[in-house]
Amino acid sequence: MIHRLLSFRLLARHSSPNYTLRRDQGAWLLAAAALTLAPHLLGMPPWVAILCPVLLAWRGWRLWHGQLAPARWLLIPLALAAVIGVRISHGHFFGKVPGLTLLAVLLSLKLLESRNMRDIRVAVLLCLFLQFGFFFNNQSLPMTLLALVTIVLTIGSLLALIDPAAKTRERLGMSVQLIIHGLPFMLVFFVLFPRLAMPLWGMPSDNSAITGLSDSMAPGTISELSLSDEIAFRAEFIGPPPPPIARYWRGPVMNDFDGRSWRIAPRPLRNQPLYTPTGVRVDYQLTVEPHYQIWLPVLDFPAGPVDNVRFSHDFQTLSRTPLNGRMQFRFSSYPETMVGLDENAWILSQARQLPRTGNPRARALAAELRGETPEQTLSQILVWMRDAGFTYTLQPPLFDVDSVDFFLFDARLGFCEHFASAFVFLMRSAGIPARIVTGYQGGTVNPINQIMVVRQSDAHAWAEVWLEGRGWVRVDPTALVAPLRITDGLAGALSSSEGELPIFLRPEFFWLRDLRFRWEVIANEWNRMVLTYNYARQRDLLEDIGLDTLEPPSLIAVMITVGVLLFIIMLLVWARHARDERDALDRAWALFSNKLARHGLARAPAEGPLDFSRRLAAALPAHAGTLGDICARYARLRYRPPASNDDIQELSHAIRTLDLK
Amino acid sequence: MPPSLRSHIDDLIDAASQIILGKQDEIKLALACLIARGHLLIEDVPGTGKTTLAHALARLLGLQFQRIQFTSDLLPADILGVSVFERETSTFRFRPGPVFAQLVLADEINRATPKTQSALLEAMEERQITADGQTLPLPEPFFVIATQNPSYQIGTFPLPESQLDRFLLRIHLGYPERAAELELLQSQSRRDLLENLHPVIALDRLQDLQRAVQEQIVAGRLIDYVYALLDVTRQNADFVTGLSPRAGLGLLAAARAWSLIEGRDHVLPEDVQHMFPHVAGHRLHRTSDGRNPVAEELSSLLRDIALP
Repeated sequence: MIHRLLSFRLLARHSSPNYTLRRDQGAWLLAAAALTLAPHLLGMPPWVAILCPVLLAWRGWRLWHGQLAPARWLLIPLALAAVIGVRISHGHFFGKVPGLTLLAVLLSLKLLESRNMRDIRVAVLLCLFLQFGFFFNNQSLPMTLLALVTIVLTIGSLLALIDPAAKTRERLGMSVQLIIHGLPFMLVFFVLFPRLAMPLWGMPSDNSAITGLSDSMAPGTISELSLSDEIAFRAEFIGPPPPPIARYWRGPVMNDFDGRSWRIAPRPLRNQPLYTPTGVRVDYQLTVEPHYQIWLPVLDFPAGPVDNVRFSHDFQTLSRTPLNGRMQFRFSSYPETMVGLDENAWILSQARQLPRTGNPRARALAAELRGETPEQTLSQILVWMRDAGFTYTLQPPLFDVDSVDFFLFDARLGFCEHFASAFVFLMRSAGIPARIVTGYQGGTVNPINQIMVVRQSDAHAWAEVWLEGRGWVRVDPTALVAPLRITDGLAGALSSSEGELPIFLRPEFFWLRDLRFRWEVIANEWNRMVLTYNYARQRDLLEDIGLDTLEPPSLIAVMITVGVLLFIIMLLVWARHARDERDALDRAWALFSNKLARHGLARAPAEGPLDFSRRLAAALPAHAGTLGDICARYARLRYRPPASNDDIQELSHAIRTLDLK
Repeated sequence: MPPSLRSHIDDLIDAASQIILGKQDEIKLALACLIARGHLLIEDVPGTGKTTLAHALARLLGLQFQRIQFTSDLLPADILGVSVFERETSTFRFRPGPVFAQLVLADEINRATPKTQSALLEAMEERQITADGQTLPLPEPFFVIATQNPSYQIGTFPLPESQLDRFLLRIHLGYPERAAELELLQSQSRRDLLENLHPVIALDRLQDLQRAVQEQIVAGRLIDYVYALLDVTRQNADFVTGLSPRAGLGLLAAARAWSLIEGRDHVLPEDVQHMFPHVAGHRLHRTSDGRNPVAEELSSLLRDIALP
């Protein structure tokens, strides 16, 4: 097989100025291009998403009807217009998306105008580059599989050009075989290519869209997030995971209120947390999906120091670098730790701050519910909230002015952020230090690999109150109104009339959930094995094989050596294969004999093609012509060198398709 | 091969088939031997048309023909020629013997003494003779058809192995088929028919054919096959000795000639298989009784060797 590819004789012959694609070759090429373009077009300007399919369809029409070839005078303005269009759409040519957009348009145009073999090969190369571009934004397993399929198709279309006689299945098979040949090299380069602690260059980024929680919270922020089914992070517990009621993953803590939205306060950071961890310990490893910020979701309250992690005065846990990629952290949390027992007065006064005006009814209520001690005030407010007849809903009506009043007295419909926000407002009005904590509450343990998955739909907001002698205490007002939200998750807490629930959260789709658990395991392995293979993981691995002392340049030398060795091994294997007496012609002839053996007419080992042909003609007179032709062609190809590859291909095709029924 | 050569071959075979009835395969074998520049050994009981075949070929090809009847008192000089003293010039002049012909029929070669046999066989190999210190070339082409009675007949000197090797092919004529023999009995005498035969090809056409044989294409695989056949006779304990390299070359040359007669420009395993019994039959000797192997033994040998 390889020698057929190594002999570029055919390619060279076809490089003559004009080469008309055969239909099947063109179909392969178009399929490869279409599959290559499809994932890109989603993220491109609409005119490109329309133009590219139109150009491909045009090419398809040309292929099938042999007409409508684009005139040369039309092509150049078309290409120029496309380039200008990209410039207008993106403002520049640099960066991932503008570059890929340009390539996508050029690929479609190149295919349309392809006149000779060189054009077609350029188009194939463009396809391969665009497939490489798949991974700029998405390195997930499905994308990898899609890329693999498109690469198989693209290589297959190249094979279709080299060997027009091969059938579809053979092309696919050979394409897969070629890719398998490349696998050892891929592994070597993946494992050994030096991973650096700091990248030498960054991926040009167009927009690092912030996903998940951010450093401010307004009504609607979290309920919007709850509709997303995306994974926020995974946690792998050493030992049993905590019960659902204890799964509060602390994220950004909001202190500053402007009457409508909450913001985090400036935070001095230190390597050690401000508390002394005590009591029970929970060990776990977090794998956080990129959200381009620095906060980390952790269980209360992790011990320090942790590599690459700092702690803030309001007990947030923060990464030193933004999470631009998937990152892993190892934490030990102590849920029973008391924090902020002797909180400084300035922070406490900050936690009592309210806007001067607004929400008068809430302020009045707070004054009314104020007890003799802060504890009493707290319990009275909580009792009031429990009994006031609130409804937990994803779609509360929104109101801009005096939103707390509107929620507490008029609508009485709300999501966690409304409850938390109103509660903190009431507490502060009553003079008790309180603040909002956002994060995630809940998480599903995958029964297959025991890894807990926390999704954006688990996003939550709760409150924290400072009490003399107890420090900062977590209070979750949502739990009063919708206790099921805490124990059963979002789906349990919302009434079934809420049609907006993500499909996976609906109870009737339990089987989908099961399927998702399984998929999650695979995706997690992919993340673990491939995507989080970074500097530290590479060091660990190299340590295992005793190469950890190597600096990057020596590592590259090792990589190249191993690569060359692999190449030599493959060459040797190939040479042995080539020395194998059985070439394509022999295999075809053996197949012929096997086919006839089913009719009791196997060729004797010493029987020459002519004798065989005579015997077959006598035994199967109905097929004498076909069989005699095959025998004669074999005799000629085998015993009258040199035989052309085309003829051998044709003969093996004739033998494969031979049907003696 | 040019079409004219092709038609010459067909004409030759057709014409010869008119004379020797029902023996087309043997005629083709004899022709193959001739155009492969080999010598032919015909082994059979008397009266089966050996002489007629040789004579017919000579006439059809327009070759000078000489027949030598071998007897136990035949001397080498009777074949090669003698130097005679010429009174007028007082010198010896060489008077060429019957071997100086383009086609020599050596009838019943195994009736002569070994000395005489070897004189002929050396001439066959060298294609020249040496007499009185003079070297004289034999005519071109030079083709010997020797006939021999089966060696178990009384009063014969079997040819030694080394000399049998010089015959490219050995054929048997055997009794004709019933239909052919009936026709033979009804029609006029073969001798009269021979008298009326005219050459169908010119001498230089024959040489063209001989050249064409050498240009027949032989694939590497086929050489492997020929080697496998030679090797198996050498490894086989049933035979006293295996086939010589000369026999191997002979086998290839014969297969080339046969493929040409079959109308191909390349040699197939079938050609080799067809010629093998004729090339190997007289060269191999069984360990058990020293005789040549029978046809069945040779074809079973062929069946055992798979085509490479």
